Amino acid sequence: MSELISKTITELRDGFRGGEFSAREIAEGYNTAVEAARLLNAYTVTTPDDALAAADAADETRGQGDLPPLAGIPLGIKDLFATKGVDSTAGSRILKGFKPTYESTVTGNLRRAGAGMLGKLNMDEFAMGSSNETSAYGPVISPWRRKGSNVGLTPGGSSGGSAAAVAALIAPGATGTDTGGSIRQPAAFAGICGIKPTYGRCSRWGIVAFASSLDQAGPMAKTVRDCAILLEAMAGFDPKDSTSLDLPVPQWEANLSSNLSGKRIGIPKEYRIDSVPAEINALWDRGIEWLKDAGATPVEISLPHTKYALPTYYIIAPAEASSNLARYDGVRYGLREEGVKTLDDMYAATRAAGFGAEVKRRIMIGTYVLSAGFYDAYFTKAQRVRALIKQDFAKAFEQCDVILTPTAPSAAFGIGETTDPLAMYLNDVFAVPASLAGLPAMSVPGGLDAQGLPLGLHLIGNELDEQIVLNAGLAIEERAGFTARPEKWW
Amino acid sequence: MADLNAPYRVKGDTGDWEVVVGLEVHAQITATKSKLFSGAATAFGAEPNSQVSLIDAAMPGMLPVPNKECIRQAVRTGMALDAVINRWSRFDRKNYFYADLPQGYQISQLYHPLVGEGEVEILLDDKDESSAKRIGIERIHVEQDAGKLMHDQHPTMSYVDLNRCGVALMEIVSRPDMRSPAEAGAYLRKLRAILRYVGSCDGNMEEGSMRADVNVSVRKPGGDLGTRTETKNVNSVRFVMAVVEHEAKRQVELLESGGAVAQETRLFDPDKGVTRALRSKEDAHDYRYFPDPDLLPLELDEAFLEECRATLPELPDEKRKRYEGLGITPYNASVLTAEVETARWFDDLLESGVEAKAAANWTASELFGALNRIGKSIEDSPVSPPQAAELLKLVADGTISGTIAKQVFEIMLETGEGAGAIVESRGLKQTSDSGEIDAEIDKILAANADKVAEYKAGKQALFGFFVGQVMKAMAGKANPGVVNERLRAKLD
Repeated sequence: MSELISKTITELRDGFRGGEFSAREIAEGYNTAVEAARLLNAYTVTTPDDALAAADAADETRGQGDLPPLAGIPLGIKDLFATKGVDSTAGSRILKGFKPTYESTVTGNLRRAGAGMLGKLNMDEFAMGSSNETSAYGPVISPWRRKGSNVGLTPGGSSGGSAAAVAALIAPGATGTDTGGSIRQPAAFAGICGIKPTYGRCSRWGIVAFASSLDQAGPMAKTVRDCAILLEAMAGFDPKDSTSLDLPVPQWEANLSSNLSGKRIGIPKEYRIDSVPAEINALWDRGIEWLKDAGATPVEISLPHTKYALPTYYIIAPAEASSNLARYDGVRYGLREEGVKTLDDMYAATRAAGFGAEVKRRIMIGTYVLSAGFYDAYFTKAQRVRALIKQDFAKAFEQCDVILTPTAPSAAFGIGETTDPLAMYLNDVFAVPASLAGLPAMSVPGGLDAQGLPLGLHLIGNELDEQIVLNAGLAIEERAGFTARPEKWW
Repeated sequence: MADLNAPYRVKGDTGDWEVVVGLEVHAQITATKSKLFSGAATAFGAEPNSQVSLIDAAMPGMLPVPNKECIRQAVRTGMALDAVINRWSRFDRKNYFYADLPQGYQISQLYHPLVGEGEVEILLDDKDESSAKRIGIERIHVEQDAGKLMHDQHPTMSYVDLNRCGVALMEIVSRPDMRSPAEAGAYLRKLRAILRYVGSCDGNMEEGSMRADVNVSVRKPGGDLGTRTETKNVNSVRFVMAVVEHEAKRQVELLESGGAVAQETRLFDPDKGVTRALRSKEDAHDYRYFPDPDLLPLELDEAFLEECRATLPELPDEKRKRYEGLGITPYNASVLTAEVETARWFDDLLESGVEAKAAANWTASELFGALNRIGKSIEDSPVSPPQAAELLKLVADGTISGTIAKQVFEIMLETGEGAGAIVESRGLKQTSDSGEIDAEIDKILAANADKVAEYKAGKQALFGFFVGQVMKAMAGKANPGVVNERLRAKLD
């Protein structure tokens, strides 16, 4: 069993198809591991029967012609995705006990591809956070620890449960969502791969909205190939999402190639930040060498508006969130605080009790920047800067094919260590520009820092060019030789 | 009768006041029978909460998708109002909390509406083209309706019905170009007629598919615009006119007694005929409008616009002018084109090849009179256009007289028989047989020798008396032309 759970999705798929083991063995192996890893608090709900049912269906159809691509593969699903009949709470008290009557398009696509569900994965409340500490279920504890330390570390966020689950071998792969780094930063912290595709590749239908113009679903898994397999199953045009891209899904897995000859790697000078630890910049340099080794040529590029990306993000994302979260009003579903006299009092009491501090902070910021008298100074200006940031990338991609940067400015930090919200927001300094531009971006593990914690390298591609991102990721993966796994302490 | 061309003035202690009116009309796009972003049904009078999709109820993760047919109908409406169609428009969110608004925001169009400036021509006097006035349209935007609260279902709680939630509305915003209750009424009637011609909105004000927010201010004639009040959700032409009249008077009294008009939202109480304050500008919401990030901008291509244009029907003004060109009086042309059903019925009648002017006179007097009497609308008229054409042709070719035609029409209404069959079976055919008519004339002249003498002495007016007597004696069946001719031959 433990051998099975340490396999990649590619290995599980091939082993299952080749008759080495059954889908039921895979599901049972994971169900057992999930049960044994409660200490990590990675899952908010477990659904072992769901995983088994999908496994049995896969076992029954094996040998009867074409199997769907994910037959026999159980997955963890971030709690932001609506899953029919299963608690879908976005890590928030305000949605406690909410069981949708519908299935999100992305999880529906995964199910049609044969995947089963191991459970729902913990996350920062409404995907707002970079450490998983804002979850109403309490923080996820990273399986990783600093050398010689028992301090509990965060898995990053907001897809912290997803990252921790893959790293701790309690899911071979997981769905994540990324609004401003929520797939990539936790992937980096957990030593796994995670890709956010081009905005519009994955339908947002049935994913609890945080910031609609930025939210994108994507896969998190051990390897680049696993990510390609999962993304192919998740993506696709959805007429139920007006912002969904009406394009065929490329065959990313079949086209994977780590041969980068003729490709130019953009190295943005604005991403060299003095306050970033030297070992992160050193890893970045190693990344450049690896890509050169794969045949690519590094070119220095400029993304001049980079320094405005975080403030721009922290205007646009909260603005959209303040409106998106208005529906949690206690009237139709989720929490309702009783014992108050008026409708307004009920709203106030329900939202005061239902939302955590970070969500409230962002609702207030968002409400403020949209208010009469402030709208132009904040929201309109931020939209303009966002357009400039997009333009920066458009210009850069005239000179290069893919951009390489560090994923995050630090390795995983301890639970409770970062209390200043602004310091927390800095975690996404490298991730946010690609989100604002809607570009595909991926984190791939590059190595360990001096404390034995994983560090990630970040690849940003041009619109719709997930392939170059995956290919460059593969080239790094092959050269970094990252095989470190957290030592089991849970 | 008051001079229709004299400006409407509110008489105050300090002199005359002018009233300035603008209307924001919310017209439901009834043509589609499905909601703006969810595709749920929109039938009127359905069980509460039976027409609510996951999107309307704002379930987590739900997304709006624009209903293309709603957009098409709004574009056609804009074209019918001679308005600029914006090929690029965008939806914005209007944020506020209320129990009838599950999303916590209404999807509307503040910054870039679908339709820009246009205009509507109203006639203050149906008989007089020169009474025409153009009322400017500022914009039309497309937006979602909210649900409805029901306060009478439970002793301590209010219930929410989301059937209307998400229904597509066109908000048609006029310029403040109206200057009297009559102009406001004429504008609303005309707008309603145009919408019904286009088919985008059924104009049914009782069922709430059309309602108006009435903006009223007063000023000394020609002076600067005064502070306006907005009276919300007025649901009949009569009430709109009452609001204008009442608000103008109230504001004049307020100003003349040293007060000031507050910029506020008001409600009309139809029972008392007055408006009362709902909320003042100070408690106005900050709606925090911003572009809806769930929706892409609406971009319309030429082919789409061309199709919208090509499917526009002949509109009331064009039709009225065409009718006038056929020799129909301006008044009849106006009456016959005021309602799309009437116009459709009359067009069918014209199709049957009748003479336009006579057909118009007959429709406007005989048919409307009869329908009024039996309490039926033209859609339920017991006499169809082909049946009416048969009757009118019998008059035109001299088979029956106008008088007999009235009788025949009555029988048609009662029995549903055709005009020809009635004339045949009841022997109502007009006679032009001069022998028969001569015989009758001779009898009448003999019986009224005294009157004949008076006539011959110069009392010409008695000629009509003799015609009447002959017609009466022949039960109206004599050809009046022949009667006239023979009488003259015998008397003169």
